[in-house]
Amino acid sequence: MKKTVLDDKAIDRALARIAHEILERNKGTEKLVILGIPTRGYHLALRLQKKIEEIEGVSLPAGAVDATLYRDDLGIKKDQPSLKKMEIPISIDGMKIIMVDDVLFTGRTIRAAMNALMDFGRPIAIQLAVLVDRGHRELPIKADYVGKNIPTSVKEGVKVHLEEIDGVSEVVVEAPEAKQEQG
Amino acid sequence: MTRLVIRGGRLVDPAQNIDGFYNIYIMGGRVASVKKAEADTSEVGPGVEAIDATGKVVMPGFIDAHAHLREPGYEYKEDIRTGSLAASAGGFTAVMCMANTKPVNDNESVTRYILRRAEEAGCRVYPIGALSVGQKGERLTEMAELKAAGCVAVSDDGVPVVDSAFMRRALEYSLIVNIPVISHAEEPSLVGGGVMNEGEVATRLGLRGIPNAAEDAMVARDITLSELTGGRLHVAHVSTKGAVELIRRAKERGVKVTAEVTPHHLALTDKAVSGYDTNAKMSPPLRSVEDVEALRIGVKDGTIDCIATDHAPHSIIEKDVEFDKASNGIIGLETAFSVVYGLVEAGILTLSQVVKAMSTNPAKVFKLEGGRLSVGSQADITIVDLGQRWKVEPRELKSKSKNTPWAGLELKAVVLKTIVAGNVKFSRP
Amino acid sequence: MRLKRKDLLGIEDLERDEIELILATAESFKEVSEREIKKVPTLRGRTIINLFYEASTRTRTSFEIAAKRMSADAVNISVSSSSVVKGETLRDTAKNLEAMRPDCIVIRHSSSGTPGMLSKYLACPVVNAGDGAHEHPSQALLDMLTVKEKKGTIEGLKVSIIGDITHSRVARSNIYGFTKMGAEVTVAGPPTMLPAGIEKLGCRATSSMDEAIRGADVVMMLRIQIERQSESFFPSVREYSRLYGLDETKLKAAKDDVVILHPGPINRGVEISTEVADGPYSVILDQVTNGVAVRMAIFYHLLGGAKEEHTEVAR
Repeated sequence: MKKTVLDDKAIDRALARIAHEILERNKGTEKLVILGIPTRGYHLALRLQKKIEEIEGVSLPAGAVDATLYRDDLGIKKDQPSLKKMEIPISIDGMKIIMVDDVLFTGRTIRAAMNALMDFGRPIAIQLAVLVDRGHRELPIKADYVGKNIPTSVKEGVKVHLEEIDGVSEVVVEAPEAKQEQG
Repeated sequence: MTRLVIRGGRLVDPAQNIDGFYNIYIMGGRVASVKKAEADTSEVGPGVEAIDATGKVVMPGFIDAHAHLREPGYEYKEDIRTGSLAASAGGFTAVMCMANTKPVNDNESVTRYILRRAEEAGCRVYPIGALSVGQKGERLTEMAELKAAGCVAVSDDGVPVVDSAFMRRALEYSLIVNIPVISHAEEPSLVGGGVMNEGEVATRLGLRGIPNAAEDAMVARDITLSELTGGRLHVAHVSTKGAVELIRRAKERGVKVTAEVTPHHLALTDKAVSGYDTNAKMSPPLRSVEDVEALRIGVKDGTIDCIATDHAPHSIIEKDVEFDKASNGIIGLETAFSVVYGLVEAGILTLSQVVKAMSTNPAKVFKLEGGRLSVGSQADITIVDLGQRWKVEPRELKSKSKNTPWAGLELKAVVLKTIVAGNVKFSRP
Repeated sequence: MRLKRKDLLGIEDLERDEIELILATAESFKEVSEREIKKVPTLRGRTIINLFYEASTRTRTSFEIAAKRMSADAVNISVSSSSVVKGETLRDTAKNLEAMRPDCIVIRHSSSGTPGMLSKYLACPVVNAGDGAHEHPSQALLDMLTVKEKKGTIEGLKVSIIGDITHSRVARSNIYGFTKMGAEVTVAGPPTMLPAGIEKLGCRATSSMDEAIRGADVVMMLRIQIERQSESFFPSVREYSRLYGLDETKLKAAKDDVVILHPGPINRGVEISTEVADGPYSVILDQVTNGVAVRMAIFYHLLGGAKEEHTEVAR
């Protein structure tokens, strides 16, 4: 059972608002670099890059920071997760990083991504933009820019689909599988 | 004196052309009479032990022409006592033990030592004396002395006789004592550090291969020298189709050559080495499917006279090491009949052919008593249950060493009793 | 996806999708070696033992660097003698190593089969760094990665391996690997150095250098051991080099975009001329770079993930 909480237009409006907020908070585009967490965070980062270009006429450097090798659950899962793209387009020393992800949940992915970033240099600031914040943080991590807050129960699933990958753009919440009652 | 009767069993005695149901009466360690079971109405008298062999097979006791009992010198691997217990557990009433002990059995005092140790043994032990002093292949042993002391053949088995001129002299000299010269036939330079059969399996495993030519070339040489000298040649552990064919043609020409093959060479190919199982490493190596087929035909048509185990005990220090460093050889006394019976079940050999190869012929080739159960024969008898299965548990084997590729596997045909001179030396619990 | 086995002992038993997994992961790991901080915390606190019975600085260093770049602790043990010389059974060797609680053991040995034999007694993963003439899986994987990078795909390529095939574990592993990935493999060398039944491994075999090079997309030259001359495998280095050495003239018969590989170290002027070794078609140095990435990928897949109960470990 799934419920669509954002359709493609709603996603687009949220990203437009986040782009404005980023420009407002940072007073322009100076020293900004947008890095998305693959897979969908990266595509969202590219969309933000485009939106900011539409508003300010500046194309910010954009890329991807893969958190896989820095995860804290590598010894627990059965299958090794596959490695994704790591693309840091310019030196991040002294830059302000806008990290982008699709869903903020426990916060562990963001912690891992920050550790990965720190191995590449010393940014002056890292700000976090997420499309969805679904609560249930296990670490003290906060998003600076949020597309939509969606309160969920832990058992539910929140999935972001993007046209670039999934053919359709939407955010859905899936109820947990109901157990089959024996008659 | 012991009086024993074995009743109701199927007697398979190719020496007498017998395969039927007979009762065997034993007195004083010898066969007193053999009566057709259905016609035998006599009662079992008082003081006569009766063994009920209904549904079982009764055969003249197996004689192993090739076993390494490791005593003196390598008692940690095996000694004459444990080796003979393993033998009788496998249905063997007699074992010929090779001379590559420490010291080598190249003089009468070692021979006498072996015979003295064999007095307590589980079966008859016939020593084989060395062909050359220290098995160095340079000086002849005193064959007459060795024979007088009790040796039934001479051999440098363990190592080949490299010097052809020496081999010629040895075969010539052996005419004095008229005992067979057993040859471990392989050309060492062609073996060249090889550790298994040359072929696809060796190439995949990255192990040095031993070509068939290493054996064929030496067998050809030995046959040529036997033909030249008239000496009696017995080719040990034949493993190649080329060797089988050479022996066949030599016999047709009237050359005094006999031959033996091991149960493992009849049952396994070089594929058994896959996984680097050192219990598939022996000399000569396990060969190809074509070689195995030729060996089986050789037993069937009599080209190969005997099935002999080449029982070669080794401890884990010699076997649980890198493959190319592992010692050659596997034990075989306790599994021999079961493994060979597998070929009978598969229709490749008949039970008569097996008994001929494991009893009748060894007695004939080495001029030993035994190999038949006619009136007056020594009462060396093996009783087996062909239908029963058994699991080869290394811990339960009588041999001190456990180097067998059949470890943990289930085999068919169980030895129930082994009788030597009318005394039960082994009885399955 | 994961590897379907506890150890990496050879390419012969690997499935194609396992090879593809390792190569894809290795491609990602290349990036780590280009950073300033060449380290990721993925295997932090794990112990990897390099157990080398056969001297080899290059391979051992490559495994060591790979381990350290994953934040693992790499320990090198050089053993000068075999079990037999020391009088120790393989089981004792393995149990003693295991008592140090390593997370992975990398083994190089001159006796074929030994890493596999030891792995039966060890609960931790074992990586074969080269055993006798049997296999050298990490070498074949880095060779495949190098070719894949340069050619885009391995499928349909004509790959020729030239040299002492009989004694070469690199040849065997590459025959298995490249054929599984869809290439057509030819091995070439003097008749004395083509082992019995080699075609059964899935390749063509020839003594004609020209036949092997003609139209080849990939040419892999193997190192010749000069000592083999005394065992009469070839009469002289001079004649071997004339007939089976790769120089610019012979290379003309290959495809225009041929790549030349060599597992190293090269015997300049013997199996490969200086001009070819340093020339534009040679990818020998790329092989070394890819070696570290491939070994990182191997560690990632063997050591990561929940520890499985390996009940078949011999007691």
